[in-house]
Amino acid sequence: MSVVLPYLLSGISVGGQYALIAIGYTMVYGILRLINFAHGDVFMVAGVMMVYLSASLPLYVSMPLMLILTVIIGFAIERAAYKPLRSAPRMSIMISAIGVSYLLQNLAAYITGGLAQQYPTVPGISASVNIGPATTKVVTLVTPFLVIALVFALVMLINHTKIGMAMRAVSKDYDTAQLMGIRINAVISATFVIGSFLAAVGSVLYFTNYTAVTYTSGAMPGLKAFVAAVFGGIGSIPGAVIGAFIIGISENIVKGLEAMLGMAGINLNIGLATFSDAVTFALLIIILVVKPTGLFGEKATEKV
Amino acid sequence: MKNLENKRGTLITAAIIVAVFLFVGIAEKIAPPSWNMLFMVLKKGSIYALIAVSMNLLNGFTGLFSLGQAGFMLLGAYTYGIFTIPAADRASVYQYFDGGVVQFALPVPVALILAGLVAAAFAFLIGLPVLRLKSDYLAIATLGFAEIIRAVFQWNVLGPITNGSNLLRKFPVFQSTISYFVVVGICVAVILLLINSSYGRAFKSIREDEIAAEAMGINLARHKMLAFCISSFFAGIGGALLAMYQTSVQASIFKSAMTYEILLIVVIGGIGSISGSVMASFLYIACSEWWLRFLDQETILTAAGRGRFIAVMAVIFVILLALMVFRLVRPKAKSRVRYGVGAGICGAILIWLIVFAATGQTRVPLLRNGFRMVVFSVIIMIIVLFFSRGIMGTSELPDLFRKRVKPEKEEVAS
Amino acid sequence: MSENVLHVDHVTMQFGGVVAVNDLSLDVDQGEIVALIGPNGAGKTTAFNCITGVYEPTNGRVSFLGKPMVENHPQGKMKKLYSGEHAEDYPHIISPTPDRITQLGIARTFQNIRLFSALSVFDNVLIAKHMRARHNWFTSTFRISAREEKRMREEATALLEEQNLLHLKDEVAGSLPYGIQRRLEIARALATNPKLLLLDEPAAGMNPQETQELTDFIKEIRDKYHLTVFMIEHHMDLVMQISERIYVLDFGKLIASGTPAEIQSNQRVIDAYLGVSNDA
Repeated sequence: MSVVLPYLLSGISVGGQYALIAIGYTMVYGILRLINFAHGDVFMVAGVMMVYLSASLPLYVSMPLMLILTVIIGFAIERAAYKPLRSAPRMSIMISAIGVSYLLQNLAAYITGGLAQQYPTVPGISASVNIGPATTKVVTLVTPFLVIALVFALVMLINHTKIGMAMRAVSKDYDTAQLMGIRINAVISATFVIGSFLAAVGSVLYFTNYTAVTYTSGAMPGLKAFVAAVFGGIGSIPGAVIGAFIIGISENIVKGLEAMLGMAGINLNIGLATFSDAVTFALLIIILVVKPTGLFGEKATEKV
Repeated sequence: MKNLENKRGTLITAAIIVAVFLFVGIAEKIAPPSWNMLFMVLKKGSIYALIAVSMNLLNGFTGLFSLGQAGFMLLGAYTYGIFTIPAADRASVYQYFDGGVVQFALPVPVALILAGLVAAAFAFLIGLPVLRLKSDYLAIATLGFAEIIRAVFQWNVLGPITNGSNLLRKFPVFQSTISYFVVVGICVAVILLLINSSYGRAFKSIREDEIAAEAMGINLARHKMLAFCISSFFAGIGGALLAMYQTSVQASIFKSAMTYEILLIVVIGGIGSISGSVMASFLYIACSEWWLRFLDQETILTAAGRGRFIAVMAVIFVILLALMVFRLVRPKAKSRVRYGVGAGICGAILIWLIVFAATGQTRVPLLRNGFRMVVFSVIIMIIVLFFSRGIMGTSELPDLFRKRVKPEKEEVAS
Repeated sequence: MSENVLHVDHVTMQFGGVVAVNDLSLDVDQGEIVALIGPNGAGKTTAFNCITGVYEPTNGRVSFLGKPMVENHPQGKMKKLYSGEHAEDYPHIISPTPDRITQLGIARTFQNIRLFSALSVFDNVLIAKHMRARHNWFTSTFRISAREEKRMREEATALLEEQNLLHLKDEVAGSLPYGIQRRLEIARALATNPKLLLLDEPAAGMNPQETQELTDFIKEIRDKYHLTVFMIEHHMDLVMQISERIYVLDFGKLIASGTPAEIQSNQRVIDAYLGVSNDA
């Protein structure tokens, strides 16, 4: 247990952080049928901004400011890079997303000089605690609860407000929703705002844990969060959250598998930890082959 | 097959290609060392051209949105490296793995073809499960496979073959630019022949409408697999060439960012145009490695002797600013944001010019390490958003030289 | 003489809770022109899709020229639903992809035209010749099978000539007028050398004069290429003039079949089209 616990804890924690990013992916996909490749980089930009803002401003100013700026960036990306391509083929808008991702990464590399930046310590959640035999940061414990609270709030928003109803309508049938007088652009903007906000919150949790921000920090978590969204069934928010936890945990189990097996008397020293990233994609491919719609996805039949 | 009937265009294009090859072959022999940069760009550009064309075959012609190119390049690069390192050098390359398990070296051409075959074989295995997926799922699944392949090649247990996370090096490389050109030329020619064959037409029909293609008796699974394997074959050869160019191979460079880079080249050239991809590759490499390099260097300018330059710039930007402001204040002005941003940029440049002229010396603002890539990605976004057809759209080089005869339109008999 | 071409045997197609085609059986014989009619949403196109392999039917069998071509018996949960009268009829599954069925000799058109719209008219027809050519990717790429390619081109040219489309051969298919696109789609289907031609609403969007021309055209190609034609159509003028027999679907069920005269006087058909109040 003493060996498994730390891996399990960090798995749950990182899973929660992926979940916050994955929600952004799944909501955007649900409405625009777009893999927003830039979403992971928005998450990274939130981290970079926090580094620079907290250098000169107190935390109670810099944190809200960072959240607001991230939301603005998310909103602006949609308006500048995706909205003009609304009627273009699916591939063009996906390429535009890749272009934005490239731009954000290069911009971050330019500003940070390509060097890893130390993430500021956030009082309260950066401290260490002991749980039984394991030592971890408070953030590890806070994450799952915060995630559940945010997801609860989001589900409430989607099920019980007017904008939420509009979102559900648009994701069900884009064209009909438009004919029913739903202001599509407002709905899409709201989606990006919510997604960016959650990604910004996720970045605080994630970088408090990993402490260093570089211009490529967003790429891997972004991809994994997307895989989590696909795993859970794209378009489904609970699916994305559960998928993210599964991926976070399995990734950390693979990291610690040798140590765990060692405890059980099996000594393997073959560097399985190399596959901690790859296991995510292996899970993706398994789910795509076995159940292409993901755990909670709905099946769509193409009309001929 | 309008390309074949366009004899004039084909002839001119052939002449251009021959001229380029002759130029490269001769210039390399006689050019002074200061031309090194040009040949670096030509080498890397030709390699990227092959990879971009291979990706275009899949994304542009067959309509399969695959993002696995970096993975197949990795397979090609490693296959080439593993099988060509001279036996004598193996002990030093595989120093952590007792010289590795492969103890022979293949001749270069055989190893190049093997590199392609290994990539194609993996593509076949990967294609079995993933080619059934629809567009964006296919993209993410192929991306995932590329990441898995990268992890496998860095795995220490396979070290005796792959050298783990260490470099593979000391394998034979092409010295001359023309060798790269010849290999790439042959490969691109084969792809061109394929695209203009009956199979190429079948690929295009799948891109246009899968259901209709199937109703025309085209076996989707078989044709998609064929396109996927052929594309990967050439990506593998491209990877091997890239290994030669870099004189070393390491799995960690074949990230998804590399695939994105190639995808952007394909977009710049025009999705569905071979000649577009080729031209865009050279352009892209030239810009990123050479022409835009100055953006990465901190530069200090003195005003002395630049009076005319400052004056011309000032006039240009005053006019631009005036135009933008005019558009901005016009009643019922459209896209105010765009003109506002434009006016802001013009204003900033003007202020900088004034400061420059007044103080007589200035550090050019913004120029430092990394700025090149920022400018570069902005240019790419502009192309993606405003010129989404790229340089060539779906037309090819010969089409540009076609005699512009208006075809006599007959009245459509109803 | 009149050999059976298409035999649909107890075909059922269910999407979730919706039974789009319910226990449909019908026959089409050599050289016939047969129409499948019914109100909107009756399951006509779904029936076509079951025949051409786009959907795998939930239950039933389709035979072509006497040989079973599509065959399925329900599995899993479905088994209970269909364990009634035909439970033992279909011992195994034959589920070919649409391209296999086209190769057997069934060609089709689509309700909403599906041309390769960015390609030329000539390429559209050439693509239909691809499957019957004796070549593989290697011989085709390196022009070893150039003679085969030449033959394909000649055949395609000849077909376009016969269909009066040759002068348009270099036009982009998507830019053609609607009526021409319909004709091109039929020409493309003919290029696969079919024995049975399935037309899904060929007269949709046509005016009476164009419909009349289409009527003659369908008869003409039937005679010229020795075809059997099975079509879905809403234009009753066309259907009544041209078809030798008619099948009527309503809510997925076959409610009537017979000659045009029989169908016109059939009370159930009239009810299905005009609606009938339950207490009448």
